[in-house]
Amino acid sequence: MSIRALVHAPKSAPRGAFVELRATIAHRMETGYRRDSDGRMLARDLVRRVEARFEGELFFAADLHAAVAANPYLAFWLRLTVSGTVTLRWLGDRGFEHEERVHITAT
Amino acid sequence: MNRQRRTLVLAGATAGWLTLRPLPAGAQPAWLAARDALTGGTTPRPGRVQLEISPLVENGNAVPIGVTVDSPMTTADHVRRIVLLTERNPQPEVAVFTLSPACGRAQVATRIRLATSQTIWALAEEADSRWWQQGVEVIVTLAACVEG
Repeated sequence: MSIRALVHAPKSAPRGAFVELRATIAHRMETGYRRDSDGRMLARDLVRRVEARFEGELFFAADLHAAVAANPYLAFWLRLTVSGTVTLRWLGDRGFEHEERVHITAT
Repeated sequence: MNRQRRTLVLAGATAGWLTLRPLPAGAQPAWLAARDALTGGTTPRPGRVQLEISPLVENGNAVPIGVTVDSPMTTADHVRRIVLLTERNPQPEVAVFTLSPACGRAQVATRIRLATSQTIWALAEEADSRWWQQGVEVIVTLAACVEG
């Protein structure tokens, strides 16, 4: 199954500007506290960590627990000093892994 | 009110008190234990952290929440971590955000699940290991189906 993720970032921004990054990924974030209609516990299936790198350098990370809503949404900031690529990486239960890249030009 | 009814009312009140009785002395609520585990036992001071969440939530399944910390985000003086905790979800931890001076702004937003009406806490750890916090009481009309 293909993974759907969306990253919002400006294509360009003035050098030194604060840039807001917004990301969301399609994921049910099963808590591990719920039961199915037959009363069986549903196994936990979470996105556990999201990492943001700029030109390979980790600048933001989020460790998520069951209380983060389905299709986890995150907004955070980057101070843009030079043009470069932001890489977002999602890691989760059952070997879940996904990566997205956006390039931002410093003007 | 006759005597019998009064006794019943009293009995009801006592039963209510018994179920709502605080934890035995020495036992800590789970969210405080989680906070201590993060801060190393330090009680965060009020201030610097601004927690934005609607005080009245209609749907606990996806509640927008934002945290802004008053910080210059320089190498010497920046926010290292922002933490979200809940007092009465099945598990107190919601999310731990790790920031760096490259963020420029100590501001994060996400969407969370709330199992019931309760107080939500945002904590912030600065580079010099000082902790700050703010709590907001939230009323939830439709709870997240965490145990449905």
